[in-house]
Parts: sequence; C-alpha cells; structure tokens
Amino acid sequence: MIEFTFWDILRNLLLAARWTILLSLVSFVGGGLVGLLIMFMRVSRNRVLAGVARLYIEIFQGTPLLMQLFLSFFGLALLGMTVPAWLAAGLALILWSASFLAEIWRGCVEAIAKGQWEASASLGMGRLQQMAYVILPQALRIAVAPTVGFSVQVVKGTALTSIIGFVELTKAGTAVTNATFQPFLVYGLVAIIYFALCWPLSKSSQFLERKLNAAHHH
Amino acid sequence: MRYQLNFDWLPQYLPTLIEGIGVTIYLIVVGAVVGCLLGIVCAWTRALGPKPLRPLVGAYVELIRNTPFMIQLFFIFFGLPSLGVQMNQLQAASLAMIVNLGAYSCEIIRAGINATPRGQFEAGASLAMGRFQTFRYIVLVPALQRIWPALSSQIVIVMLGSAVVSQIAAEDLSYAANFIQSRNFRAFETYIVSTLIYLALSVLLRQVLSGVGWALFPKRKAAQ
Amino acid sequence: MPLITIDGVKKRFGDNEVLKGIDFDIERGEVIAIIGKSGSGKSTLLRCINGLETIDEGAISVAGEHVLTSEAALRALRLKIGMIFQQFNLFPHLTAGRNVMLSQMVVRKTKADAAEAMARKMLDRVGLVHKFDAYPDELSGGQQQRVAIARALAMEPIGLLCDEITSALDPELVSEVLAVVKELAGEGMTLVMVTHEMRFARDVCSRVVFMHQGRVHEIGPPETVFANPATPELKQFLGML
Ligand SMILES: Nc1ncnc2c1ncn2[C@@H]1O[C@H](COP(=O)(O)OP(=O)(O)OP(=O)(O)O)[C@@H](O)[C@H]1O
Ligand SMILES: [Mg+2]
Repeated sequence: MIEFTFWDILRNLLLAARWTILLSLVSFVGGGLVGLLIMFMRVSRNRVLAGVARLYIEIFQGTPLLMQLFLSFFGLALLGMTVPAWLAAGLALILWSASFLAEIWRGCVEAIAKGQWEASASLGMGRLQQMAYVILPQALRIAVAPTVGFSVQVVKGTALTSIIGFVELTKAGTAVTNATFQPFLVYGLVAIIYFALCWPLSKSSQFLERKLNAAHHH
Repeated sequence: MRYQLNFDWLPQYLPTLIEGIGVTIYLIVVGAVVGCLLGIVCAWTRALGPKPLRPLVGAYVELIRNTPFMIQLFFIFFGLPSLGVQMNQLQAASLAMIVNLGAYSCEIIRAGINATPRGQFEAGASLAMGRFQTFRYIVLVPALQRIWPALSSQIVIVMLGSAVVSQIAAEDLSYAANFIQSRNFRAFETYIVSTLIYLALSVLLRQVLSGVGWALFPKRKAAQ
Repeated sequence: MPLITIDGVKKRFGDNEVLKGIDFDIERGEVIAIIGKSGSGKSTLLRCINGLETIDEGAISVAGEHVLTSEAALRALRLKIGMIFQQFNLFPHLTAGRNVMLSQMVVRKTKADAAEAMARKMLDRVGLVHKFDAYPDELSGGQQQRVAIARALAMEPIGLLCDEITSALDPELVSEVLAVVKELAGEGMTLVMVTHEMRFARDVCSRVVFMHQGRVHEIGPPETVFANPATPELKQFLGML
C-alpha cells in the first residue's frame, strides 16, 4: 500500500477540484443560455410557450438533481451512445440550472414596474423592443446578485456528479478516503475546498445586493 | 432497433418503493421539524442572543450553506466515527438533514426577525416583557408568517436533496430505486418512476406546508 | 373628419362594467378636459384610446383607422397618439436625452445624430435642454414630467393623452408642467386630458367631459359646464350643492 502524506492528499483533492470548477462553469454558462430561453418563453404572451416553460420549471425544480443525473446518464445510453460521465453530468446540470435561472430572471423581469411597459408601448415599441431596450436593462441590474448567489448552488450541485462516476472533488475525496482510511481528515479538507470556492461567491452576492439597495437607479 | 420501455417489473417492486417512500417521508418530517426548531434557536441567537455566541452561529450557517449536502453527510457518517461518534445510516441521514435545514432556516427566519418593525420590540418592553418574552410572544409568530413561503421552498429543496442519503445506504426512495434497477436491469424506467414519485412528493409537501401555514397563522385566513 | 371617434364603447373588468357606452368625437386641435369622480372610468377611457386596454363593445378610431389589437395596428396608432402618465414612467436607466431618443431610434429607425438633434429640440421646448445628460432620479418630479412630454413629442404625434399628469407633483411644480401643456394647446396640438385642475380646464380647454359611473354625463364648452351644470351629479362634483 502506498503511504499518503497530508500534502499528497491535498494535492490530489486540489487537482480534482479543477474538474469541479470546470463543470461548474460549463453548467452555469450553459444553464444561463437555456435559462434565458425558458425565461423568454415563460413571460411570452403565447399561452402554449408559457405553459411549456412553466412545466419545465415545475419538473426540474420539483425533482431531485440526483434523479435528473441518473435519467440523463441512462437516457443518453438508451439513445445508443456510450455516455461519458461528463456528458451526462453536464447535460443534467445545465437543464437543472436553467430551470432556476429562468425563474430567478422571470422574477426580475416582473419586478419592473408596469408603467415601464405601458410607457414604452405608448411610444410605439413592439414587445421585443420593449424587452431589449427598456425591461431587460433594468432587470439585469437586479438580477446580478441573485444570479451570483445561484452559482453557489451550481458548484455544490456538481458534487452529485461523482455518483454517476464523474471524477471531481467529491469523487476524489471518496477515492482518497478509501486509500488512506482517514475520512475525517479527507472529507474535512474536501469541505474546506468547497467552502473556499463557494464562500466568495456567497459574499459577493450579498455585497452586490447591498450595493444595489443603496445605489441610484442607473 | 428501438428500445421499448417496460414497466412490467413495477408490481413486484412496489413494496420496495413504498418502504423507500416511507423513509424519505420520515427524513423530511424529522428534518423539517427539528431543523426548523434549530433554525429558530439559531436565528434568535444571531439576531438577539448573547453577543459571544453570535459569530459561532454565523460560522455554522456559513459553513453549511457553502458546502454540498453530500459532503456534510459523508463527514457525519464516515468522519465522525473516528471521533468515537457511532451512528447507523438512518441516524446519520437524519442528523445531516437537521443540521443542513437548521442553517438555511436560521438565515431565513433571521430575515423575518430583522423585518420586525422597531415599535414591536418597544411595545413589548413597554409592557414590561423581558427580551425573551418579547421575542417569544410578539416577534416570533409574525416573523415566521413573513418568511413562511421562503421557508417552505427551502424545505422542499432539502427534501429533494435528501435523495443522496442513498449514498450512505440509508434506505430511502432513491436507495430503493438503485436497488430495483440493479435487479431488473431497467435503470431508465426505474428512475422515471422514482422521479415521478419525487415530483408527487414535492407537490404534496408544498400543499402540506401551505396547510401548516394556514393552521399556524390563522390571521392569514382572515386576511384573504 | 374628427381625429378621434368614440362609438358606443363598453369595457368590463370581470363583472365590473367600467365604461357603459361612451360616445363622443374629438376634432383636430381640440383640447378636451375629462373630469369626474375617482373610479368613474376616466383613465380606462384614455387607456382604451391608446390601446393599453382592449374594449368589449363599440369602436374607437383615430384618424380614420380603427383601434385594433394586433401589434402592428397598435404601433401605427401609437405613432399618431402619444400618452403621458401620472407617474411619468421615464426609463430610469437612461438619461433624459436618451429617454427622448430611444423610441425614435428603435421604432422610427432614426439615425442617432438626427434623434439627438430632435431630442435637444424637444427638451428645449419644455425648457430642459440643459438636463440632457441627467438621469431621471436627478430630476424633480416636474422636470421628469416635462421630459416625458418631450419624449412623447419627439414621435411627432397628432394628439396627446394626458392622465392626471400633475397629480403626482408637489403643488409648486404643477404650474411649470401646465405651462408647457398650455403652450402645446396654443400651437394646435390635440389634447385629451384627465385633470383635477378646474381652473386650467376652464382657461385652456375647448370642451369639458364630465364622466359619471362609466358614462359621459355632461359635455360642453367650459363656460356652460362650469357655470351652468345641468345635472345634480355635476353640481355636487363641482361643490355647488
Ligand atoms: N386593470 C383593472 N382591473 C380591474 N379593475 C380595474 C382595472 N383598472 C381599473 N379598474 C376599475 O375600473 C374602475 C374605473 O377605474 P379608472 O382608473 O378608469 O377610474 P378613474 O376615473 O381614472 O379614477 P381616478 O380618478 O381614481 O384615477 C375602478 O372601479 C377600478 O377599480
Ligand atoms: Mg385615473
């Protein structure tokens, strides 16, 4: 059996944390793009589109991320692919993040006063123009803080991908534990690394929110 | 060749699923009740309690909110025994749920306490109530009422998060699903079924929580 | 031909019939004051004319064209008729100048420099060209409302709908806004104003419409309506009973 020093353990975990970071970034950006689409559908005046978006959000927010990962993993396999774990993990996390981001952003769009819609309509703007030039620029300001806040959930969500075999921080933690029989130390370190990733995001979200509440309108 | 979905296995494994559902419900009830009580105590400490304790509670809240639930679970189940704390799977899972929800509900309830108008505290003081009495009889219930929707959503989120307790072999619904798919080789269908059950549970849980809200805060009933 | 014809217009919100059959026409260059108790349907009528509410029965036409609900039709309508709101509704993320430029550029596809020239002209007209680069929250209520007027004017509408445009203002700021409106009236702009400024209505308006419970209860030139109200409801409203 190989002997692990403290530094060996830490190095292994930090190397694996790179994959946690990468997967978080991909999920967050991908989830943002899909989420934007869902959000537009959700606030559209087309009943069918809005209904589909609503159902999407209901399903992805109403079921465990773990189940979504399993379904993505085994579902892709049914399509006849041999699925690498990163693909199933990325797909599930993107779709899951999208449902939350869509709902967060819808809240921001709906927080914009009705008068803004009416004033821009009375100036002859169409719905897309209203969105692009009047509503979204204002919604964006209030969306920043909760969006950053949600990124913490994404980072934490990536831990579940270890269960379908994606080797990131949690998976590495389990592997190192099995090799060293030091669960207290290893999971303690894993927790500290997650904390180091998430806490700055949480704090910036709070900071942004306070700044927004104090700031002028522009 | 197209894959044919097949649910013939379902009747045979129904009892397994039902047992799993039972454990999941048990976990969420224990987690929600004890977790919220812990949250109330922590929120009181953080907002109004003894000054030296406040940063301690703050550290607990930040630590839990910024690490994955699964790591908390592993730490409790695999890590704590090396300190001589032994627990079975279900106990570890329950404790993890309580600790997790305790931190989240602390933050939510604290926001509700902080939104209390100053005059309420002053009114309590003017009626010769002590600080704790003011909290207990004047501040707490309106604060909970204010944040009940947020707290309810958080409880649903924690319920959905509980699926990972299968990873320490606590025999909840997701454990049942893992078990079944290892026997019937119908992984996709098995997870479809368990996912739908979770969906139903979360819808049901939301109903129950809003019912609890009506019961706890009858004023709302009058207001609507 | 009248600029705006309102023909048997009815409007319901659920069971609540708010407009119970409104008929009157507005000629080009007229200045109409709409008065009446709170809840009598004044705002609703203006909003129907601008297509912000759909009507349940009857018809409204502007410059010979019916107010329809398709987006293209609404857009054409709103190019002819502008609207000013009680709460100003300036776009808070844009400067005063940009507020006036935006719709010219995105609706009319005017080039930026032409839109800016127009914006300066219109802001000058309301006496605020020096505030071109100020954000709405750096302006007083009266100034904001004048920017809103400039913003509507920049689309070169034939008429303006004004819903209690001075009601959200501190008393000392009311006159600066009314002065601008009075000037517009003098230049021949068609104006339909919901207002509580009775003196202004008497001095500036060509006709006064008194609405009561969703109907036009009395209509006529201000001298008649104010000096010789025919119905007890109007008398009571004017404080004569
Ligand atoms: N969007 C709406 N939904 C339901 N009811 C409405 C809506 N808008 C207006 N109403 C109702 O229509 C009636 C007329 O409202 P309206 O705003 O037109 O009155 P108003 O004459 O402008 O009153 P005020 O002087 O207070 O502005 C009121 O009873 C109001 O409650
Ligand atoms: Mg009104």
